Amino acid sequence: MGEVNSKSTAQLERRAVVSELLKDRGDLLLVTGLGSPSYDAMAAGDNPANFYLWGAMGSSVTIGLGLALAQPDRPVMVLTGDGELLMGLGALATAGAKQPGNLSIAVLDNERYGETGMQLTHSAQGVDLAGVAAACNFSHTEVIRDLNDVAPFGQRAQATDFGVRLAQIKIKAESPEKVLPSRDGVFITTRFRANLGFATL
Amino acid sequence: MLDDKQPDALPDPLDVWSDEVFDVLLAADIKHVVYVPDSGHARLIERAIAEPSIKATVLTTEEEGIGVLLGAWLGGERGVLLMQSSGAGNCTNTLSLVQSCRFPFLTLVTMRGEWAEFNGWQTPMGKVTGQSLELMDVKAYRVEQSEEAAEVVSAVAESVFCGDLAAAVLLSQRMIGKKEWAK
Repeated sequence: MGEVNSKSTAQLERRAVVSELLKDRGDLLLVTGLGSPSYDAMAAGDNPANFYLWGAMGSSVTIGLGLALAQPDRPVMVLTGDGELLMGLGALATAGAKQPGNLSIAVLDNERYGETGMQLTHSAQGVDLAGVAAACNFSHTEVIRDLNDVAPFGQRAQATDFGVRLAQIKIKAESPEKVLPSRDGVFITTRFRANLGFATL
Repeated sequence: MLDDKQPDALPDPLDVWSDEVFDVLLAADIKHVVYVPDSGHARLIERAIAEPSIKATVLTTEEEGIGVLLGAWLGGERGVLLMQSSGAGNCTNTLSLVQSCRFPFLTLVTMRGEWAEFNGWQTPMGKVTGQSLELMDVKAYRVEQSEEAAEVVSAVAESVFCGDLAAAVLLSQRMIGKKEWAK
């Protein structure tokens, strides 16, 4: 990777972060944003309660919102990156207005578009993602820079009556080996629904 | 009661077909009404918000609704997206979810830019609303007469939720425009 101009001093490794985040996931339902967050979730262990997004960039939060509304007794987490979140930033307003009690968003923020050549995102240029979430009426927002703070957010995400939570987790700009989940959207969808006891169509 | 009109007042035509369509949505087991407001959808939105069995979600932009409906489907529930014709253009890439994940997608679209339109800025998208949806494999049906609205929505909903079709019902500006666009 070439040198890029950023003031970020983040040292957290994304795979370690996701492993901590999901280690006691219980009956958590997980929606991952396209790109590295999907590979990270897959590296932590495939699970029928994972929905991996491969396209429609900007949709992870809205998918998580719809799922949270339909499954109010299950904790729902969206695991995405700063670039994917930025493409659907209005969804933070939609989630904040709707306020499901069981939705958490974990943003792996490397301040880069990691899939396309590590170009800097808005997050590297003064835009405060956790601040946007706070302004959108989220019940809890935090910026995580210490690995010890990751598992507590995972536990916080277990509550189903807490409103919408967001953690902006500052990670290194690195590209670990890709661990690819299935790219078959029908399979991922059908498996997810079957795991909840629903028919295919 | 939602209807605060005097008992002897004639019902608003928009309220009549909207109430019929709302009953169809309830009968189709719709649990989510996601919307970007339009005055042609005003009654449906009002009914959705007032109905305990429905989760009504206001969106900042129409494509958000496709994500919410996919999420709801993953969680075992059906929904419908209400939007204006201009919003169809915002949806194009996100509609790839409908094909990639093969989930039942139903949208009701109130038309602008096609009949006695006074704002030309609505016309470019209004001319291609159906085509833009069909580009993404969402079949577009039209309703021209308010008496047909409930029947068409009912038939299309059955094709969507039972027949593996992604579909839009375009509600013509001629039909909804009687009240709304005069001034």
